Amino acid sequence: MFYQRWFKQRWILVVIGLAIADTVLSIWIGQQSYRWVPPQASAESILVDDLFCLMTTVGSLIFFGVVGTLVYSMIFQRSPKYDTSDGPPIEGNLKLEVIWTVIPSIVIVGIAFASYQTYDRMEILGDIGPKSLGMATANAAPMTAEVVKTDPIEVRARQWAWEFYYPEQAVSSTELHLPVNQRANLKLTSEDVLHGFFVPAFRIKQDIIPGREIDFEFTPIREGRYRVRDSDYSGTYFAANQSTVVVESAAAYQDWLAMAAAQSPTPAQNRAYREFQRSRENPNSQGWATVEPAAPPVVNYASSDEESYE
Amino acid sequence: MSNASLEALQPSLQPQPGAPDNWKRFFTFSTDHKVIGIQYIVTAFVFFLFAGLLAMVMRGELLTPEADLVDRTVYNGLFTMHGTLMLFMWTFPMLNGLANYLVPLMIGARDMAFPRLNAAAFWLVPVFGVILTASFFIPGGPSQSGWWAYPPVSLQNPTGNLINGQSMWILAVALSGISSIMGAVNIVTTIFRMRAPGMGWFKMPVFCWTVLAAQLIQLFGLPALTAGAVMLLFDLTVGTSFFNPELGGDPVLYQHFFWFYSHPAVYVIILPIFGVFSEIFPVYSRKPLFGYPVVAVSSLVITGLSGIVWVHHMFASGTPGWMRMLFMFSTMTISVPTGIKVFAWVATVWGGKIRLNTPMLFALGGLIMWVFAGITGIMLASAPFDIHVNNTYFVVGHFHYVIYGAVVMGFYAAIYHWFPKMTGRMYYEGLGKLHFVLTFIGANLNFFPMHPAGLMGMPRRVASYDPEFAFWNVLASLGGFLLGVSTLPFLLNMLSSWARGPEAGDNPWRAIGLEWMVSSPPPHENFDEIPVVVSRPYGYGSDEPLVANASEKE
Repeated sequence: MFYQRWFKQRWILVVIGLAIADTVLSIWIGQQSYRWVPPQASAESILVDDLFCLMTTVGSLIFFGVVGTLVYSMIFQRSPKYDTSDGPPIEGNLKLEVIWTVIPSIVIVGIAFASYQTYDRMEILGDIGPKSLGMATANAAPMTAEVVKTDPIEVRARQWAWEFYYPEQAVSSTELHLPVNQRANLKLTSEDVLHGFFVPAFRIKQDIIPGREIDFEFTPIREGRYRVRDSDYSGTYFAANQSTVVVESAAAYQDWLAMAAAQSPTPAQNRAYREFQRSRENPNSQGWATVEPAAPPVVNYASSDEESYE
Repeated sequence: MSNASLEALQPSLQPQPGAPDNWKRFFTFSTDHKVIGIQYIVTAFVFFLFAGLLAMVMRGELLTPEADLVDRTVYNGLFTMHGTLMLFMWTFPMLNGLANYLVPLMIGARDMAFPRLNAAAFWLVPVFGVILTASFFIPGGPSQSGWWAYPPVSLQNPTGNLINGQSMWILAVALSGISSIMGAVNIVTTIFRMRAPGMGWFKMPVFCWTVLAAQLIQLFGLPALTAGAVMLLFDLTVGTSFFNPELGGDPVLYQHFFWFYSHPAVYVIILPIFGVFSEIFPVYSRKPLFGYPVVAVSSLVITGLSGIVWVHHMFASGTPGWMRMLFMFSTMTISVPTGIKVFAWVATVWGGKIRLNTPMLFALGGLIMWVFAGITGIMLASAPFDIHVNNTYFVVGHFHYVIYGAVVMGFYAAIYHWFPKMTGRMYYEGLGKLHFVLTFIGANLNFFPMHPAGLMGMPRRVASYDPEFAFWNVLASLGGFLLGVSTLPFLLNMLSSWARGPEAGDNPWRAIGLEWMVSSPPPHENFDEIPVVVSRPYGYGSDEPLVANASEKE
């Protein structure tokens, strides 16, 4: 009698101990999640990374809880070799089933709400609707650092090149330059097929739809050179369709604009075009027919393929 | 039911090669659901090996950052056809094979409701399989627009020919849709109309519930895909402008048509695997399925929810913010019925008398990988996080954990579990365990590294990539080659066991279910006398008989 009670209490203590261990492990893994992504180079990246940390923590808690239970069963609840008896005929447990319906529902609503707030604060496409319809939301103040309204920089995607056009200075470039800590306003257009504007260091992405102009915003907060990738499959040379975004101080940005404006347009290097010409000259090329790449863009500032990025 | 009287009177109408003991029957227009089931499974597996080879060439290309092993056009054709073949020639036919073989046996029917329709649906599969394979050999090669075939890329047609890889692709997908609709009509009718006396809804095995839930999706979803495919074919061949922006069409509209079916399609694939898990865990734990009615009904809840989540594939597309938020919430809700199932399986296994036979190992391995996939799935449902990883390798890793981790592992579990029933012979346990170990290690080594690569920002569908991703890609490639190797012990096991394995007996697993009460392999038309079901499935640990005429029980 005494022994049984002691055993039952010990069992509960073991479960509590394992739950604490699972929690500690999950929090630790959640903190590691910040290292799995590129450096935080935009205001949006901080928001997204915090959300990812939250989901990694909760996800680890569930994963190790469920898998730990299964592995315990697999190791310690095996049937002896010649034992052909059945286990206990337990068909269900209403209380348990209610618990594992209600608690996950609450967790899911929590994650969905946190995601909603994150998306609301990113404002990459401007307001998301309900606010403009007069509905109150929790975080009304946008977190932009410094709003300087300028004409949006035009991002022109094509098979397979990126061209960035600064309308106020009439500067074109194959490299995107942005001033740090200022809201960047882009106008995304495509001349042929779907493309995707993706800067991993900024945690932002937007498909570019031919026939539409998409206004896109974000705030770079860290100086450096980062990759711009085409993220929506665009045909043969899709993988080669990459460029660089340079985030620099306001002064350096103005200097670059002035320098670029003074240069006369020259054809840039273009990997897709170069590879296509090479394969056309190569009699052993084993490729299938492809859409011809557009000629290299003729721009004021032509970046080199070889230049590094972070 | 009426099928009992009419067909039992006539002797088999099969031509002689279709006699139940003749291997040639597998190459005939047989109307026996068991023959058709095996026809589906074997055909699908052949294409699984073929599409797997395509994947191994891709993994070879991705060993190094540069595009050097194959031309970029070839790489693009490879990933397009890998995805297309794996879905339309492997998972769907494989599932139809399992459903065909098992559903009539499990519900106590002599055959499917429409046997000729059944055979016709199957024989379309090799037809569009040949069309897809033939597209490798025509000028311009196969489709290179990805398995989504998003316009405008899918409309570009650089060859200028009317018959090109893309138009053959669309034709094959449309035929596949017709075949699947024929199969769905048949399976749904069979489950509704041909259950044995006494088998009420809540006496039906969960596998049949999940197959029903999945086939209902085919019925409401496939028309949208087929309509989208027909419009795409018109745009491509006769110059209409449904989706062509140069002529005023809207490419985003196609994405809605495509994903309205193709997201629910994922549930068409996963639901029957949930059914397989629900059948296998009780047998090898010697316990009833925990919370059987809830597990059964949650399948239909998933069917309903699957119809209102498709825009989560378009969180980074031309969609407004409110739409992204709406579909984020609807997508998240689907994790609740799925979670109920996972917890129910864990509770089924818990405290049981567990035997780690090969089917159980595959089911447990599949469940563990499914839990991982479910968690990354919730992450992807979160729109702001999805915007970072959308169209990156994170997504590729996620759905390969679903499709390989859960679905292919579930297929293997099902094949090993029902192999003695299908063939009358037992497979070799040692080879089966070797197969499991290679598959489990290979799948994790192949697909786990895709997650970090995606988080770092590696886009999917790239033939070349920046050197920073090389480490994870080398690991993934090694895993891919290991998965290729893992099929060898399986093939060896299946072929040698079928030819000369030991006799299995009618019920080697001591499992409860109508299919285990007939001989192995089951006789033509399954049941001499249609059983009368009197209790719930999974009565492990209690002595209640499953059927009324108790003489048949043992």
